[in-house]
Amino acid sequence: MTSLFEEIPQAAAEGVPVRRVTISVNGQPRTADVEPRLLLAHLLRQGFKLTGTHTGCDTTNCGACTVLVDDLPVKSCTMLAVQADGHEVTTVEGLAGPSSLHPLQEGFKDEHGLQCGFCTPGMMLAAKALLAENPDPTEDEVRFGLSGNLCRCTGYQNIVKAVLAAAATMRGEA
Amino acid sequence: MTVTEPTSRALDEIKIGGMGASRKRVEDNRFIRGRGHYVDDVVLPGMLHMEILRSPLAHARIKSIDASAAWDIPGVRLVLTGEMMATRNLAWMPTLSYDTQAVLATDKVRFQGQEVACVIADDPYIAKDACEAIVVDYEPLPVIVNPTQALAPDAPIIRDDKQNQPDNVCFNWEVGDRDRTDQAFADADVVSKIQLHYPRSHPSPLETCGSVADFDRATGKLTVYMTTQAPHIVRAAVALIAELPEHLIRIVSPDLGGGFGNKVPVYPGYVMSILASILTERPVKWIEDRTGNLISTGFGRDVYLEGEMALRKDGRILGIRMHTDSDHGAFFGDAQPSKFKIGLLHSAFACYDIPTAHLTARGVYTNKAPGGVAYRCSFRVTEAMFFQERMVQAAADDLGMDQAEFRRINFVRDDDFPHRTPFGFLTDSGQYEKCLQVGLDAIDYPGFLKEKEEAAKNGRLLGIGISCMTEPLGAGNSREYDILGIKMFDSAELRVHMTGKAILRTGAKTQGQGHETTWAQIVAHELGLPADDIVVEEGDTDTAPFGMGTYASRSTPVAGAAIAMAARKVKAKARKLAAHLLEVSEEDVEWELGRFYVRSAPDRGVTIQECAMAAYSNMPDGLEPGLEANAYYDPPNLTWPFGCYIATVEIDPVTGVWDVLRFVAVDDCGVRINPMIVEGQIMGGLTEAYAMASMQFITFDEEGNCIGSNFMDYLLPTAWETPGWELHEVVTPCPHHPIGAKGVGECATVGGPAAFVNAVMDALKGHGVRNVDMPLLPDRVYEAITERHDVSGAPPIRTDR
Repeated sequence: MTSLFEEIPQAAAEGVPVRRVTISVNGQPRTADVEPRLLLAHLLRQGFKLTGTHTGCDTTNCGACTVLVDDLPVKSCTMLAVQADGHEVTTVEGLAGPSSLHPLQEGFKDEHGLQCGFCTPGMMLAAKALLAENPDPTEDEVRFGLSGNLCRCTGYQNIVKAVLAAAATMRGEA
Repeated sequence: MTVTEPTSRALDEIKIGGMGASRKRVEDNRFIRGRGHYVDDVVLPGMLHMEILRSPLAHARIKSIDASAAWDIPGVRLVLTGEMMATRNLAWMPTLSYDTQAVLATDKVRFQGQEVACVIADDPYIAKDACEAIVVDYEPLPVIVNPTQALAPDAPIIRDDKQNQPDNVCFNWEVGDRDRTDQAFADADVVSKIQLHYPRSHPSPLETCGSVADFDRATGKLTVYMTTQAPHIVRAAVALIAELPEHLIRIVSPDLGGGFGNKVPVYPGYVMSILASILTERPVKWIEDRTGNLISTGFGRDVYLEGEMALRKDGRILGIRMHTDSDHGAFFGDAQPSKFKIGLLHSAFACYDIPTAHLTARGVYTNKAPGGVAYRCSFRVTEAMFFQERMVQAAADDLGMDQAEFRRINFVRDDDFPHRTPFGFLTDSGQYEKCLQVGLDAIDYPGFLKEKEEAAKNGRLLGIGISCMTEPLGAGNSREYDILGIKMFDSAELRVHMTGKAILRTGAKTQGQGHETTWAQIVAHELGLPADDIVVEEGDTDTAPFGMGTYASRSTPVAGAAIAMAARKVKAKARKLAAHLLEVSEEDVEWELGRFYVRSAPDRGVTIQECAMAAYSNMPDGLEPGLEANAYYDPPNLTWPFGCYIATVEIDPVTGVWDVLRFVAVDDCGVRINPMIVEGQIMGGLTEAYAMASMQFITFDEEGNCIGSNFMDYLLPTAWETPGWELHEVVTPCPHHPIGAKGVGECATVGGPAAFVNAVMDALKGHGVRNVDMPLLPDRVYEAITERHDVSGAPPIRTDR
């Protein structure tokens, strides 16, 4: 026990199966008992209180819930929490270093790559995976690489600029 | 009056983040860290979760609802049906356009997705399980999905709940001068006609709607966190309709994941979460799923437009006739603030000098979702400007005139303001011809026409489309604009602390527009306080002054003006404090940005911060302590920004796919407070214009099934499809706005679609095609090319039968 007290939850209703999962979230091992049908997005948000991961569509189209699972972008609204058992998950809360923002975070702010902010966490994580694979993408490659993530506010132009700016920073050019 | 040269001590306005500074957004600091606070992030102790059971049928009588199996599921706390709502007189609620809407269906369901029951449970998964356990026995009724069916003589009556509703017409309305217009057509050399359908679209902010209602039995206080663009209107509605005491209602609109008009109306889900919290005495959270959002909440457009233009041979427009049939769905749920039934459709043709016009409008009920006029358009203005620019292109073609020249001939001239439009609006400023010329130069109009001609020789289809419009933004003035009788003004409250830091609150509500950044810049401009020293708060009715919220591009025109006026009141008081500190009379005090000084001795001065400290520590006798002011601003007129949008496209004749080659936008929204944010608004707006022109539409099959109930069927453009935008500006300050600004958020969405369609139609010139209705899906364009005919109406949905 790590806190002063911990309320013992009521036993699950009869017939509800429970699985124990341990997931490394932003470098910290987290353990939870979950129903097998619980979505990863909901475990992150409601269970681990990491509310930077948003759900926008429920059907894997909008990408607001994008997180990295073992460094690959995954839409956490259509991945079960139990499928993440034993894997490493990175959310937006894990992007910044202890004293500095990630270049993508800087880029999105500097280039006005966000408005309402709802798509931004997923967009940045998709971009992180893109840049890991292709550190020096063209504009078209960024547009194609982010085509699994919807934004309703910006028209994407500044998002593309933000990712290109971050890429330059990460290559040490800016 | 002596003119004093400014001393060198005035602050650099750009450096302090004042007017004209492309200041980085302060709200981004939380959003890029995933620290935004949206309604689904609100967690209260003991909170329960609500899910809604929706009708699978578009029109059916409810024979019975059996919820017993739902009650039996462990963790279920409450099941609500229409019958139970009716016992509390809450089964129906008024809409914002003087109609009624079912909260939970009692007699019958009237559209697919209508709310039939709801379950409140310990977690959302249980609530969803329980919804599935509810058994509803429906008796299907004939379904109406378009105005033609609705107006047929033997059509079933959808709104049989209403007295005096013998048919499916929800209104008839007209405006303009019929006789004079008839005469103009009698005098015409040429009459040009066009018939269009503006398909139903959905705003689809990436965050759906939701609420967390928290009724505290001990204090009697109701707090509702909810996705609303207009929290004070909700508070007023709850106070007036539910008769709860207004001082015990607190509406909080937290960070919103986009709005675009989708979050203006009051939806049944909000009402049920409030009632559920009152009944369970626990906080109740409702987060709509995407399908619920798409099939039940405020849509946009769905209007059939037809009209004709009376023309003189030399190209002058003599008159306009228009008729519209608008499809409002099952309930007239428009959230629109005018006294005009068809919104501001009659703002059409405002940028052209036309002697006379006449418009008739008819609204009908159908078995489709209600919600009316939402979607980045101020109240049918989008349809107005689309019709206008399609009509203008058709007329230019009929006359054999160049489309740019035809516009130029008919524009209202720069020296002709104020100008009365053919439907009676008063426009006040603009440089229309200049904007058009900037656009034509940017796209190299003559160069493109040559390129197009060359390409045609090789069988390539190139086209250029122009769309110009001035639109009415910034409701109101209060004479003409209100919602449920509440006048369309807005407000600001500015409090300067003793160290010169300040808090500003307004009655607007940002949804991504960047108010927290921009509003501080207005104060910086007026007072010389660095923008970073001003915190902006909105959305909490317990703290914000009463205002009408954010939609219709009204924040800068109305709340922005109120901010300037509040800051000016603060400055007037600071001047008294400065006179006291400088030991001179007030008349001898001059102002430069950030500092008052003695006119005869400019080196003797005090900063605005020193005045602030004096307001709390060294005020003169007889002067009230403190340094704060509020302002309620009732604008004398709407603002009239102008946009000129030019698209060039190439169509692949083999597939009907069209690509945007270039897109040039010239926007004149008056003085730009934060150019970076303004450009962001324009690019976002253009993308939604492209979306509607190319792919985004909600349609229904003959049984009233919504085709477009998820993002697999309802296509939104991604970064891959979206063209690049080239932005240009012209600045004509608004003559009546305190800082010369006009609305801008919706211009590109309003003016953009016609540019794309005109470009595609220009490419098809010579193919015997006059019109292809939006969305310009490849199969529709292909059909037009190969079969050489118009492709009109909502895209047909074939069923297997």
